[in-house]
Amino acid sequence: MDVEERLFRQESGRIVTALSRMFGLDNIALAEDVAQDVFCRALEVWKLRGVPENPSAWLMRSAKNRAIDLLRRERIARKLEPELGRLLESEWTLVPTVNEFFSAESIKDDELRMIFSCCDPQINEETQVALTLSIVCGFTTSEIASAFLRKRSTIEKRIERGKKSLAKSKRLFDMADGELTTRLSAVHRAIYLLFNEGYHGASAETSVRSELCREAMRLGGLLLENRLVSSPVTYALCALMWLHAARLPTRLDRKGELTPLRDQDRSSWDASLIAAGNDLLDRAAFGPDLSEYHLEAAIASVHSNAANEDETDWARLVWLYDMLVTIRPSPVVELNRAIAVAQLKGPERGLEAIRSIERGEELALYPFYSAALGELEFRAGHAGSARKHFEAAVALARNRVERRYLEGRRDAVR
Amino acid sequence: MSEFVYLYRGGRRAETPAEGEVVMQRWVGWLQDLASKGHVKDQGQPLEAEGKVVRGRTVTDGPYPESKDIVGGYTLIEAKDLAQAAELAGGCPIHDFGGLVEVRPVMKM
Repeated sequence: MDVEERLFRQESGRIVTALSRMFGLDNIALAEDVAQDVFCRALEVWKLRGVPENPSAWLMRSAKNRAIDLLRRERIARKLEPELGRLLESEWTLVPTVNEFFSAESIKDDELRMIFSCCDPQINEETQVALTLSIVCGFTTSEIASAFLRKRSTIEKRIERGKKSLAKSKRLFDMADGELTTRLSAVHRAIYLLFNEGYHGASAETSVRSELCREAMRLGGLLLENRLVSSPVTYALCALMWLHAARLPTRLDRKGELTPLRDQDRSSWDASLIAAGNDLLDRAAFGPDLSEYHLEAAIASVHSNAANEDETDWARLVWLYDMLVTIRPSPVVELNRAIAVAQLKGPERGLEAIRSIERGEELALYPFYSAALGELEFRAGHAGSARKHFEAAVALARNRVERRYLEGRRDAVR
Repeated sequence: MSEFVYLYRGGRRAETPAEGEVVMQRWVGWLQDLASKGHVKDQGQPLEAEGKVVRGRTVTDGPYPESKDIVGGYTLIEAKDLAQAAELAGGCPIHDFGGLVEVRPVMKM
């Protein structure tokens, strides 16, 4: 079940990408219809004939045949750009041209170009992410809506707007474009948001969330494979995702309950992901750019390489958070810094740090802000105040998992 | 053992790929189970919904009179008798999607 589901996700992205390079980005709806149709037909056949050995190749082949069929019957070629249209209109060149579009090599390049097309800085970040999820990752509108706790209609409108903006350019983003560097930062940001939504997000469905993390890592992997975009920042972003993903299985336990870092069984962290993450972080350490991803990856690496909470290098963490606050000031980063300060210098100093957070009022609705206050008040010996903060945190919980965890903390305060 | 044809008639199509996958897996599971018990002679083929109807010299396109009756596929089954063949058809996932299985004995000479 799982295998086929991921299969559609990946293949639909690839099919839509190959087809929309052929038909033009303004015909993306047609490309999506074809992908959906190919998949539904495959399911009808597999129902009786069983799933073939290489379903992915099977889907690609039938998408290709369907494209040839459409080009022959519907005379779509006439509407395409003249140069390509001629190749696709002539029976002599039709099949070889379509074959080229569906070759493994071009699909890989095109997938990357499609990600860059979706992450157009002209459209807002949330729309970039939704568009990428929809086109490149094959998520349905409802899945995206449930991942981001938004109404289906909101996401629908957002994607529609994004597609209109995509259609303006007709062609996929050209990696030789002078805008590549700007786009690359937008792509990094979108992948980062995608991963974060999976890792910290508010959706209660664990399956959706680990899927988001997996997709973010897959997209990161595509960037690593292309020398034009495998910059130190790309390495840093991937290091950050790999190191966090290593802890994912213990962060949410088998019952889907939230387990804080302190209580996680570190022996169940994925050692191979940690090793790969550390390696990526090493490779990120060249060139002049020190990005927020470098710092976040370094922070994750400190945690991943510590045997337990006591042996964690809190001084280094405070130092890293200090730099992160400078590069990307945000109340959430400052909150995390304050927690590290508390570990290093005691709860009173941590509470001071929390109180001096700039724009701290933005955290008013963030349940883990109240929870952090509760935690530190408790450690400082103020049970009454701690309980009040936990009470507030429970009221702000965004889903069942968070609520259960916070209630547990509240009840632990006696 | 006698041979029977299962004709799968009607049944709504899945609405999303995700639902389709679940349905597909159930079919695969059901047929695998039948095959492991030696009941599947030929797993058969799915059929396109569209086609032509030929009556004498008149050839017309579908649609057929009742779309719910369209044969969507067939399987060749081996069973002890019609009763057993009918009983085995009861497990087909098509029943949950508004379709039916027509069980027809292959004529013996």
